[in-house]
Amino acid sequence: MTCREFADFIMDYTAGELPADAREPFEWHLSRCQNCQKYLAQYTSTIQAGRLAFRNLDEELPAEVPEDLVKAVLAVRK
Amino acid sequence: MQTEARVRPPENEDAALLARLRAGDEEAFELVVRTYSGRLLAVTRRILCNDEDARDAVQDALLSAFRSLDRFEGGSLVSTWLHRIAVNAALMKLRTRRRKPEESIEHLLPVYKDDGHHQEAFSSWNEPVDVAMTRADNRAQVRRCIEELPETYRTVLVLRDIEELDTEETAQALGISGNAVKIRLHRARQALRTLLAPHFRSAQP
Repeated sequence: MTCREFADFIMDYTAGELPADAREPFEWHLSRCQNCQKYLAQYTSTIQAGRLAFRNLDEELPAEVPEDLVKAVLAVRK
Repeated sequence: MQTEARVRPPENEDAALLARLRAGDEEAFELVVRTYSGRLLAVTRRILCNDEDARDAVQDALLSAFRSLDRFEGGSLVSTWLHRIAVNAALMKLRTRRRKPEESIEHLLPVYKDDGHHQEAFSSWNEPVDVAMTRADNRAQVRRCIEELPETYRTVLVLRDIEELDTEETAQALGISGNAVKIRLHRARQALRTLLAPHFRSAQP
């Protein structure tokens, strides 16, 4: 398995969905290729970073209550 | 009062609020709209990445929520209930808006030599990501990097990794196959890794 093929299997591997016949060569490559070990670690860190970036919704709030939106919703409801 | 309006009412106030809404109390409706529209806008903007569509989706969501008050069981928080309705409204908007041509993401994917090895020598990141992400500046940086992703990929990443929809739900929302979702998600994550690496890698390889 090359590094390119290894990268193709990373998503299924991290999801625990890599079939046994592919997992064996994947893990063999992983045990021998330091560069792919780092790449895999960064890939899983990326997923985690994405999740954690949105953990605090308050950080994404608009600076002010969107007054025109509030008015529009209340007007339509009436 | 902006500050008050942005504070979520505590759990034990939800039942009282709901009773007022069901009784048609206009002040309660206004309170909900004021309290939650900013939060819901943040949610729909994540998915739609377009202010106008995001506002339309919030409006649709709140009106739909008010129409379905009878169906709210009270088993979840009002905030959770509204979040779910806002995600659905945003997905509906995604389905109906004109499909944009898929942008290239190749420049953010790993580059390989002819023999299949990576061209780049990767370095370790300088601290565990769960530690790095306790800092607000890092969280903001990651959100900015996600915004840089080409839209077709960013949407899949947000739905799968942030909103935690499964492959099938994402496929339905976007009108693409499950396989296309998987391919786009993998590319989106790889591209995001490329964008994050300069911010997280240590000086030493």
